[in-house]
Amino acid sequence: MRTGPRRIPVCLAALVAVVLLYLIFPILIIVPLSLSSALYLSFPPPSLSLQWYRNFFSRSDWLDAAWLSIWVGALVMVLATLLGTPAAIGLVRGRFRGRKAINAFILSPLIAPAIIVAIGIYFFYARIGLVGNPMALVLAHTGLAVPFVVINVSATLYGFDRRLEQAALSLGATPWRAFWQVMLPIIRPGVMAGAVFAFISSFDELIVALFISGSTAVTLPRKMWQSIRFEIDPTIAAVSTLLIVFTGALFVTAELLRRRSQRLRTTAGAAVPA
Amino acid sequence: MASALESSARAAAHLRRSELRNLALVLPVLVYLGVFYAYPVAAMMFRSVSEPHWTLDNFAQIFAEPVFLQVLWLTARISLVVTLAALLLGYPVAYVLARLERSKSNLLMILVLVPFWSSILVRTYAWMVLLGREGIVNQILLWLGLIESPLRLLNTTFAVYVAMVHVLLPFMILPLYGVLRGLDENLLRAAQSLGAGPTAVFREVLLPLSLPGVSAGCLLVFILALGFFITPALVGGPRDLMIAVLIQQQVDLLNWPFASALAVVLLAAALLVFAVFMRILGVERAFGQVRT
Repeated sequence: MRTGPRRIPVCLAALVAVVLLYLIFPILIIVPLSLSSALYLSFPPPSLSLQWYRNFFSRSDWLDAAWLSIWVGALVMVLATLLGTPAAIGLVRGRFRGRKAINAFILSPLIAPAIIVAIGIYFFYARIGLVGNPMALVLAHTGLAVPFVVINVSATLYGFDRRLEQAALSLGATPWRAFWQVMLPIIRPGVMAGAVFAFISSFDELIVALFISGSTAVTLPRKMWQSIRFEIDPTIAAVSTLLIVFTGALFVTAELLRRRSQRLRTTAGAAVPA
Repeated sequence: MASALESSARAAAHLRRSELRNLALVLPVLVYLGVFYAYPVAAMMFRSVSEPHWTLDNFAQIFAEPVFLQVLWLTARISLVVTLAALLLGYPVAYVLARLERSKSNLLMILVLVPFWSSILVRTYAWMVLLGREGIVNQILLWLGLIESPLRLLNTTFAVYVAMVHVLLPFMILPLYGVLRGLDENLLRAAQSLGAGPTAVFREVLLPLSLPGVSAGCLLVFILALGFFITPALVGGPRDLMIAVLIQQQVDLLNWPFASALAVVLLAAALLVFAVFMRILGVERAFGQVRT
């Protein structure tokens, strides 16, 4: 839909401005709060100070939680990418029966209520003694992260010109080499975007972690949850600001990768005239 | 003739082989999700009828005690109100963004995407800060002289609505925007030139054409709202008990079979909503549109 001859009515524009303000204001308000010199949350801050950031970076419980989340997220990213990329290839190319049902099953963690998955995994882990184990957290998060990889890789694959791969095969390349040297370079941005989303999904995940992290595998969201409930001080505002910047940067990376994959797709298509 | 048959047989064999290869690529993820996702959830659901012995008592308890019925009713009501509010607030935003030039709408879209990206925990915390007794909303109201003493805003149903709509609004705006962007503006102009007023253009042309986006957005928001945990747990009052929060409490009380029964009810409700949307509103078509 393009700009029409009719202008947007003022009252409509005003309504939209209010809704957009409602969306962004709570995010923006966190930043000045995190820079406050007061000992409790007050607005406007009496004067500026970096004390809450210093507090975050000097307390081992916060830093340990942040490191654990980064490690778990990185391992989830690797596992989910290794599982999801081949699955996307098989699903996009395959014509086998039950393909749609399998696709729906693989994507279902995206929409299934998290609490259901969380208690299912908690009961399972409690029985086999895995509660509080960081690796167990990785295994649980990977299942929830796989759909992000499958969606992103599938999106790039729909535009992939199979003739490029067929050409490689007819010139004597093994299927593995055709994948590695022809297909992967073209779908790589999609794979990487999927990997970034997989990392974020684990890095941000609270509900499963709330049940299975015990007291020995406390992730950053879990630590924030405790802090919000029991010790409201502005450190949490500092952590939130850092998180907004960090995940924001990751999302921008993923978005740039997605655009790049679209561009590559069109140039790859142009290279082989139909 | 014989060679033609032979080659078609060979082609069929080749096809089967390549299909087997495709299936083999999908297999690892299926096994993985089977072990770490489907099996735990299935075992949990099984627990709801098999413990302490074969029984439907866990379900009977949900529907027999007014406290639990109240939770089901409240969860449904909050999800419905949040969905309607998100639709009413999200539709104008998606419409205006879709009518602007790409460069402008991309810029304004940042205001939708930044909250969408930030973690739910961070956004809920922001509302706790805004709505607290000494919070910014109360201070502004006091300063304006609209109230004499701070209002109790946090830990109320009102806070649950405000924060949940805030968290879920992007899930409404994004699919709506996708559909409205793809709409042919000439259809609206044609309706106008034939004498339709703004209301008629909206009701007769815009709304029916954007229905796939409306249903996709409503489905997403409603199903996510049904299972919401973080936001109602943090900003709701003791009486604003949604089903996910109740499930967590029951797990903490070690009432695992009863918690499982509640989870089965939640899952059944989510699936029912999904099926209804699929049948009546053709959500599959909507998701197809969102992708493009």
